[in-house]
Amino acid sequence: MKELSLNILDIVQNSIRAKADEILIKINESPANDIYQIIITDNGSGIPEEILQNITDPFVTTRTKRRMGLGLSLLEYHAQLTGGGLEINSKVGKGTEVTASFSFGHFDRQPLGDIVSILIVLLAANPGINFIYKHSTDKGEYRFSSKETEEYLEVESLYDRTLLEEIGWMIGENLKAIEASGFELKERNKVAF
Amino acid sequence: MSKITSLADLKKRREELKNGLDIRIKAIDPENVVQVKVAMATCGIASGAKTVMEFFLEQLERRNVAAVVTQTGCMGYCYAEPTIEVKLPGQDPVVFGFVDLKRADQIIEKYIKTGELVDGIIPVNYQTIDLKE
Repeated sequence: MKELSLNILDIVQNSIRAKADEILIKINESPANDIYQIIITDNGSGIPEEILQNITDPFVTTRTKRRMGLGLSLLEYHAQLTGGGLEINSKVGKGTEVTASFSFGHFDRQPLGDIVSILIVLLAANPGINFIYKHSTDKGEYRFSSKETEEYLEVESLYDRTLLEEIGWMIGENLKAIEASGFELKERNKVAF
Repeated sequence: MSKITSLADLKKRREELKNGLDIRIKAIDPENVVQVKVAMATCGIASGAKTVMEFFLEQLERRNVAAVVTQTGCMGYCYAEPTIEVKLPGQDPVVFGFVDLKRADQIIEKYIKTGELVDGIIPVNYQTIDLKE
């Protein structure tokens, strides 16, 4: 995975599988303090103590389809490459918080990438989940919540291509405004065909 | 077109659209439309499942196919990622492997529109992925 946003999509899958209905994706970046942090918090089923102890071991997974899980291992690897690390706090029945810390300026820190399309994919595929996205930089903070957006627009779901596209523009403009680093906005309507 | 930077802009734009066109209030009954599930675990994401999912979201609507696109976990065919499962109304689901944008296009044009099978089918027998987990 070449972008941090793909890692985010991957980790969020764990929260979805844990039946969370509120998932917070938070990015804190500060070049001044050399910090780049990704925090994913959910209110899902949580992780039992014995699994939590060696959760980033690739051969630890709760899956039954295959006996490996690489998601958290990969994220930890990417964080450690930059001198950072991964921290996981979880309580059974309460939820889980995954924090990946990177050095902002490190050569091996991947760019954020197309986070907007990740959010759109998540919103489209999981109508019952409230996704909250928070991004803070030295310039300011932006917050998006899918539930609040639904309520504000008085719609039952955001599953509508035009609407999702517009939400994408909105998030993109706001990320530009706070000068989020390394994020790119794909030119929409220009997929390969 | 003016920039959309806040929820208020978004709402305004919705209302403009509503005046121009009829916005469909969708009450989709998943049993009566095409269901596309994109496998989106580490293996799928690393092989481009996100791009494939975006493609289906966009193209199915553009090509006027009534469909729901969702995501699922790993189906166990990591070697064949990106994999997708397509369920036409009233039929058993079919799993396609090695779905790049070209094959995704074929799947829409041939399998979804006419029922003609295309390359890359993974022969499987199962009830549903969700229940079996």
